Amino acid sequence: MAKVLEVNHLSKSFGGVQAVNDVSFHLEKGQLLAMIGPNGAGKSTCFNLINGQLRPDSGTIRILGKDTRGMKPRHVWALGVGRTFQITATFTSMTVLENVQMVFLSTHRRIRNVWHKTADLYRDEAMELLRLVGVESQWNRPCGILAYGDLKRVELAIALANRPKLLLMDEPTAGMGTKERLKLMELTSRIVRDQSIGVLFTEHDMDVVFGHADRIIVLSYGRLIAEGTPEEVRGNKKVKEIYFGTYAVPPCATSGV
Amino acid sequence: MGFYIVQFLTGLSDASSLFLVAAGLSLIFGVSRIVNMAHGSFYMLGAYIAYVIIAALPHTGISFWGGILLATLAVGVIGIIVEIFLLRRLYRAPELFLLMATFALLLVIQDLARWAFGPEDLIGPMAPGLEGSINILGTLMPTYDLVLIIAAPVVLLFLWFLLTRTRWGILVRAATEDREMLAALGVNQKWLFTSVFFLGSLLAGLGGAIQLPKGGADLLMDMNVIAAAFVIVVVGGMGSIPGAFLAAIIIGELGSFGVLYLPQSTLVMMFLVMAVVLVIRPYGLLGKPELEEGSGESFETVMRPAPKQLRLIGLGILGVLILLPVFGGKYQLVLFGEIALFSLACMSLYFMMGPGGMVSFGHAAFFGGGAYAAALLVHYVRTPMSLALLLTPLCAGLLALIIGWFCVRLSGVYLAMLTLAFAQICWSIVFQWSAFTGGDDGILGIWPAHWASNAVVFYYLTLLISVGGILLLRHLLFTPFGYTMRACRDSRLRADAIGINVTRHQWFSFAVAGVFAGLAGGIYVFSKGSIFPDEMSIPRSFDILLSVLLGGIESITGPIVGSSIFIWLEDKLSNLDFWRLILGCIFIVLVLAFPQGVGGFFGTRFSHFFGEASNDSNPIGKD
Amino acid sequence: MEITQDKKENHYILEVRAINSFYGKAHILHDLSLEMEKGSVAVLLGRNGVGKSTTLKSIMGIVIPKRGEIIFKGRSILGLPSYKICALGLGYVPEDRRIFTGLTIMENLEVGRRPPRKGFEPWTPDRIFKLFPNLKNMKNRLGGQISGGEQQMLSIARTLMGNPELIILDEPSEGLAPVIVDQLGEAIIELKKEGVSILLAEQNLNFARSICDKVFIVDHGRVCFDNAICNLTEEVCEQYLAV
Repeated sequence: MAKVLEVNHLSKSFGGVQAVNDVSFHLEKGQLLAMIGPNGAGKSTCFNLINGQLRPDSGTIRILGKDTRGMKPRHVWALGVGRTFQITATFTSMTVLENVQMVFLSTHRRIRNVWHKTADLYRDEAMELLRLVGVESQWNRPCGILAYGDLKRVELAIALANRPKLLLMDEPTAGMGTKERLKLMELTSRIVRDQSIGVLFTEHDMDVVFGHADRIIVLSYGRLIAEGTPEEVRGNKKVKEIYFGTYAVPPCATSGV
Repeated sequence: MGFYIVQFLTGLSDASSLFLVAAGLSLIFGVSRIVNMAHGSFYMLGAYIAYVIIAALPHTGISFWGGILLATLAVGVIGIIVEIFLLRRLYRAPELFLLMATFALLLVIQDLARWAFGPEDLIGPMAPGLEGSINILGTLMPTYDLVLIIAAPVVLLFLWFLLTRTRWGILVRAATEDREMLAALGVNQKWLFTSVFFLGSLLAGLGGAIQLPKGGADLLMDMNVIAAAFVIVVVGGMGSIPGAFLAAIIIGELGSFGVLYLPQSTLVMMFLVMAVVLVIRPYGLLGKPELEEGSGESFETVMRPAPKQLRLIGLGILGVLILLPVFGGKYQLVLFGEIALFSLACMSLYFMMGPGGMVSFGHAAFFGGGAYAAALLVHYVRTPMSLALLLTPLCAGLLALIIGWFCVRLSGVYLAMLTLAFAQICWSIVFQWSAFTGGDDGILGIWPAHWASNAVVFYYLTLLISVGGILLLRHLLFTPFGYTMRACRDSRLRADAIGINVTRHQWFSFAVAGVFAGLAGGIYVFSKGSIFPDEMSIPRSFDILLSVLLGGIESITGPIVGSSIFIWLEDKLSNLDFWRLILGCIFIVLVLAFPQGVGGFFGTRFSHFFGEASNDSNPIGKD
Repeated sequence: MEITQDKKENHYILEVRAINSFYGKAHILHDLSLEMEKGSVAVLLGRNGVGKSTTLKSIMGIVIPKRGEIIFKGRSILGLPSYKICALGLGYVPEDRRIFTGLTIMENLEVGRRPPRKGFEPWTPDRIFKLFPNLKNMKNRLGGQISGGEQQMLSIARTLMGNPELIILDEPSEGLAPVIVDQLGEAIIELKKEGVSILLAEQNLNFARSICDKVFIVDHGRVCFDNAICNLTEEVCEQYLAV
């Protein structure tokens, strides 16, 4: 009963094109689940369905046992779901610290406070989170001018600020260098295991996927075509043909780091 | 039966020239993102120039149609001149500044036309060979109007061909999406822009010229047609030419039949239609949602409290204002009082426009709404001034809550146009419900209470309320409420993903802006002693908008600087004969010299001067 | 000595000499220099935010360097607007592809079309479809309705329609499935055979190794390693590419 996310027979089509077709999978506490597949396979649609941005045509999504039917993204968030975006979405007119403070304000339902100065609220909590993801030295810089890798870390801090039980990460390491990617994912794995958060992420970097995922699901043309441990997916001929190509799949990391 | 057919056909022929103007406006907006306020002026010029040319030539078919053609081309050339010498210098400035430049142009052209063609309305010449009428089932229909009907479908077909079947059209459509990429693919967009502006102005000129036999030429044409053209473009969907065609027919027919059944509705009918369409279809009939999210290229300034030196200067100015009665006369007290309350009105617009990210073209609804609320309270229930001033912001806030509920569902230009529509609806209610509001005659005799009737006391009251309001708005910006407003503006996606109800928060912000605009309106009515529908009209809304833009929306000082300049200029110029020309020229010079707004300019300089770390506020892309 | 110098300059298609570029007040490139030989494939490697994209944008005239010199085919192009630089034979494929989503694939190609260049076989849609067969079946689809991989191909195809002699690609493999990255690599090798020079910015080291001749590592706005790709040893990677 430690399932943070259960997806059953999920389908969604856009103008006749079946973007997600009868997809089912689940995710447990403290686990990292990678969703891979060719571009246009329906990964982003899947994410937006879980997140509440889109409504499914059919099928159910349960987060921490609750059916999310009809919920808006902000309601899904309130269930304890953090999200990072493929193209980073931060408040560019605010500093790094203020971005994280915003989440605390929202968590504590103080966004309509008209009395206090924002600068004084939840400062220490936000700072602590920045320290956790390693961008505390940048706290006073505007998010709009941050280096990309740091921005991704800020996104992680924002996603973690309401102590989520489920983390949705859409291409968390896109646009980063190899070493940076691995570092960010190591950090993420450590945090999610410490706080026993379930993570669903998409990724095109196989070093990241095979280095950190506990399980992998593969989508193609909206359908789930393979599911299993990294070992199992690596050996799958069909996946190799439609996705890996000539790419030499790296060996799996020994888990339990 | 014949009567209704003729009425229907008349609607179509009205739609024809409206469509030409709207199509041009839509093209220009699509490519350059310019909300071209001067587009109606090109329409007016088309009519005047055609009149002059045709009058100078012998009355033959060739000279009539030749005159129309020449006038059309002439307006196209004027468009080119405007684009090259004015707009081209401003493409790097924010879109709203281009709006300001074109508004200044509208003022300039209005006075130039008066100077060149005289103030009298001109009656257009008949088209040779088409003077007569055709009998349709017993009702007469002017032949020329029938010919006009053909113009719109012909132009629609021509534009469709141009946009989908020619290289030029493909480039234009590409430019509406991504200009920088187009340049990187080797397209010189300068000339593309010029050609689009040429075509757009030409269409407006043609629209003005062909309606000459029907409607003649007068100096109010520009304002009348620009409002209709905006409505059509928005109802049809920004950038959609077929949408504009459809909308032009709807508006044309509404005008034609509306006169029959609800003659008093003509002023407001099209705005009502726009409001309904936008509420049901937020992007117009055939429009597509704008892809604003995701481009993520806009970087807003980080808001920090003003540096100490600037605060000291502010305190200094406040000190001078407090001491003003000591050395200033009554004239100065009235002038500075007006500046103060107008600053509050501008500040309230800045509040929703800058940090709130919601541009309003109809802010006078709340300013005038507050003023009318106070006037009506005093007039009908003899409310004492202090109580009226307390209730006024509440009334304006309530109005803003109602209007805002619809508006915050939209964004960008659509939101702005919906505020304009509601403001116009409010205006027409006040204008036409004369039994209650006094209509055009306004409400008179709303004087301050006895204790405040002294000029000095009233000045202090005005100052207290205005400065207090401004400081309160400033305070709000630094509270979680203000931060959340900016969060909603910066990234809707992210705000939603951290549990913020974006629409609701924007709704509240909208209402707060209404409250303070209403407060300013409340003092205004007591300072003048009377109120007229003008205070709710489109020009009033634009006064407020222009002042904010003039000051710049980069900083809180902007709207104060802008409104001070505006009121001062108005005071100095309004008695001169060609004051629009002068004001327009001053605006153009200011826009060219300070493309970030005057306040923004000095704000930046100021920080440099005192070595403030303002480099953080520069827009910087990743890597 | 002077003669050899001249000869050397002639076989460079692109020379960037000590450019300094800024975003607002932030100084991004510090005296960055690099040279590219005609017909070669070179890659800019480096971590995020070191100035790779800015270098490419500076070459393309999207960002204008304050100091330095950029020579393309023996001609200085610094300060020229991008459309003129493109007309001289430089093609740019941006990081985020920037397809015109409301235009069909054929129309996207039409936007990129420029007159043929002397000594080069002109690119036509038919020739493009031989290189990217996928696109052929969706000629009349809108650019916004195709997948990310197809958009990347279309973005390159669109630039090819301008008959460039040098193509600049900003992180072309980013966000693509491994199997699509394979196809991309094949297309780039094909282009090289046709005599087109290629300069790309990348983070994907394996991809870069499989297609490039030459490598420039950028760090803090400077080129700090400039060598043949076969000399890119593990130690060098460790030194410059690690965080």
